Amino acid sequence: MTIFKHTINKQTQEEQYSTITSANRLLDVNLKELIAYKDLIRMYVKRNIVTFYKQTILGPLWFIIQPILTTVMFMFVFGNLAGISTDGIPGPLFYFAGIIIWNYFADCLNATSGTFTTNQNVFGKVYFPRLVVPVAVTISNLVKFFIQLAIFLIIYIVYAIQGIGIAPNVYIILFPLLVIMAAGLALGFGIIFSSMTTKYRDLTFLLQFGVQLWMYATPVIYPLSTMPADKQWIFQLNPMTSIIETFKYAAIGNGVFSWGWLGYSFAFMIVLLLVGIVIFNKVEKSFMDTV
Amino acid sequence: MATAIKIENVSKQYRLGVISTGTLSHDLNRWWATKIMRKEDPYLKIGETNDRSTKGKSEYVWALKDINMEIEQGDVVGIIGKNGAGKSTLLKLLSRVTKPTTGTIKYKGRIASLLEVGTGFHPEMTGRENIYMNGAIMGMTRAEITRKLDEIVDFSGCERYIDTPVKRYSSGMTVRLGFAIAAHLDPEILVVDEVLAVGDAEFQKKAIGKMQDVSKGEGRTVLFVSHNMAAVQNLCKRGYILNNGQIYYTGQIDDVVSKYMLNQDIRSQLKLSEIKERKGNGVLKFIDIKFIDEKGIERNTFEVGEKLTIKIYVKVLDSFHISKTSRIDIGINNIMDTRITWLSTYMYSDRVELKDDCVCFFISQLLLNDGMYNVNLYSTVDNDLADWIRNVARLQVVFHDFYKSGRELPEGQGCFITDFKMI
Repeated sequence: MTIFKHTINKQTQEEQYSTITSANRLLDVNLKELIAYKDLIRMYVKRNIVTFYKQTILGPLWFIIQPILTTVMFMFVFGNLAGISTDGIPGPLFYFAGIIIWNYFADCLNATSGTFTTNQNVFGKVYFPRLVVPVAVTISNLVKFFIQLAIFLIIYIVYAIQGIGIAPNVYIILFPLLVIMAAGLALGFGIIFSSMTTKYRDLTFLLQFGVQLWMYATPVIYPLSTMPADKQWIFQLNPMTSIIETFKYAAIGNGVFSWGWLGYSFAFMIVLLLVGIVIFNKVEKSFMDTV
Repeated sequence: MATAIKIENVSKQYRLGVISTGTLSHDLNRWWATKIMRKEDPYLKIGETNDRSTKGKSEYVWALKDINMEIEQGDVVGIIGKNGAGKSTLLKLLSRVTKPTTGTIKYKGRIASLLEVGTGFHPEMTGRENIYMNGAIMGMTRAEITRKLDEIVDFSGCERYIDTPVKRYSSGMTVRLGFAIAAHLDPEILVVDEVLAVGDAEFQKKAIGKMQDVSKGEGRTVLFVSHNMAAVQNLCKRGYILNNGQIYYTGQIDDVVSKYMLNQDIRSQLKLSEIKERKGNGVLKFIDIKFIDEKGIERNTFEVGEKLTIKIYVKVLDSFHISKTSRIDIGINNIMDTRITWLSTYMYSDRVELKDDCVCFFISQLLLNDGMYNVNLYSTVDNDLADWIRNVARLQVVFHDFYKSGRELPEGQGCFITDFKMI
């Protein structure tokens, strides 16, 4: 009996050991650990928000000023000068709807793509799951997103009272899913980018430019419906297209909605996130040597 | 006791130089060899040992090479070595900041590292917010931190500043706060790297005390890297000397420290007259030093209580004589470079002529305790520094039944032997 007890004891003792090795298993992803660090995620979110407007006079107001200025600029450049149609939807409403989702996506992507390089100071000193940082960035940008969404709602209500004849349809219940998809895509692309730029920085030069270009490939400033019907699938290959189109369709009744393309975007996001986490996980173990 | 950390054949290779286009070809080469041809990494073979001062042929160096360690639970282990010996790399591997090139490390429990504490601090956030932030980075939960908040603030001694942004803190305060957080983290294994360098004496004492408590009372394991030998000796039980990325020596901490100190300033068997590292105008020059016993035989090891003559040979002008303003000193230091005693012609200030260009100090009873001592020579002529050489010779003293009782002297009981009797 005592012998038996002893072996059990020994076994449990063996199990308690954690190992650090040079080996690299492909799917050695520890999401449980990420959850264990949920308090750290919360602290990072708080820090990102608090430090955003430290030592500014207008503070969080900048969250609002920025998209309003962009909308005004878009209305002037694309609406008046270029004369791109908004399908009969009032300009502020049309542009704002596209901008808030796109801005959220672009902000997350830009911020997460520099995860390793901007945090090398902390990463070089202590270990914690590195994924905490990009996840926290994605969450803290939500605050900005919801503030902008509130502005959008105000504009929306103002126009609704004036009787333009806009009303949300039942697809608006997909809205939380759309936000999650935009977040997932930004996080996925962001962590892949940050993993690829630890050693060779070439791609960082491409990113800023690439994100801008990408916006023009996404129906933010133009409705997808103005494109020839047989060419629309090319635009739909862009996973952001169906997210923005679905939102516009649900909120202002303008846009192309298809379950198929939305499903495509969702699948795209899942695969991208998985690939991203695997790559990120591989890089995080030794990036300090090359960053 | 159970093993807390087991390090097996761990090596870490670094590439020198800048990362640029040339690196890509190495990467492609490595990728081709390992992934396509399924062979060994070609760059793992060509690493050189990590000697920072010599120019090497290879771009790759081994910051650590084949390290094997086994550390018992509750041990306080000191790791010492010169700059670039691999100490910090080892701690970085342990704290999982980067992974080893080869080998495995097994450990039990939570490892908290104190590599330059306070680096996770955000300057815009207050001390309190940073306690939560830093605690969370080290793996504490919010509830855990709240429970210990008062204790942490109290230990850091920064209560007055706790709601002020950390950017207004002095560097010492930042370290205090950082150490306070880590010390209250209750990790099973605490890794400490040179934190004490910034704090003041009071805080250093407090920090060492805390680390001792952590290891003794709570059975936790501490790994301590420092260049402060007194702190290492004070705190640790066992030690490792790293040299060029390899373990050079390991054992009880006293042996380790003395081995390290001896090795550090071993002067190659240069003749005294040829030593270049000396100060002074050279009016008087030390030529040689000899330790002579009562039979007139020269040796370097003496027993406690023996008669000893220190004979110093000098080169001077004929008119030189020892006086109040022209003197010769012998300073005797222990291996920690602390002055133990001082012998000087100044204490007998009468005019003395040199005989055969040498001066003799006679010690009727050598009462230094068991150990190794460094001898320094100093001389002024007409109040001007004439010659000053540090660590000119080494004197070994052994305790051998001084009290005629057959008993051995316990360790750590001071640097002097007192000639006393029981009455």
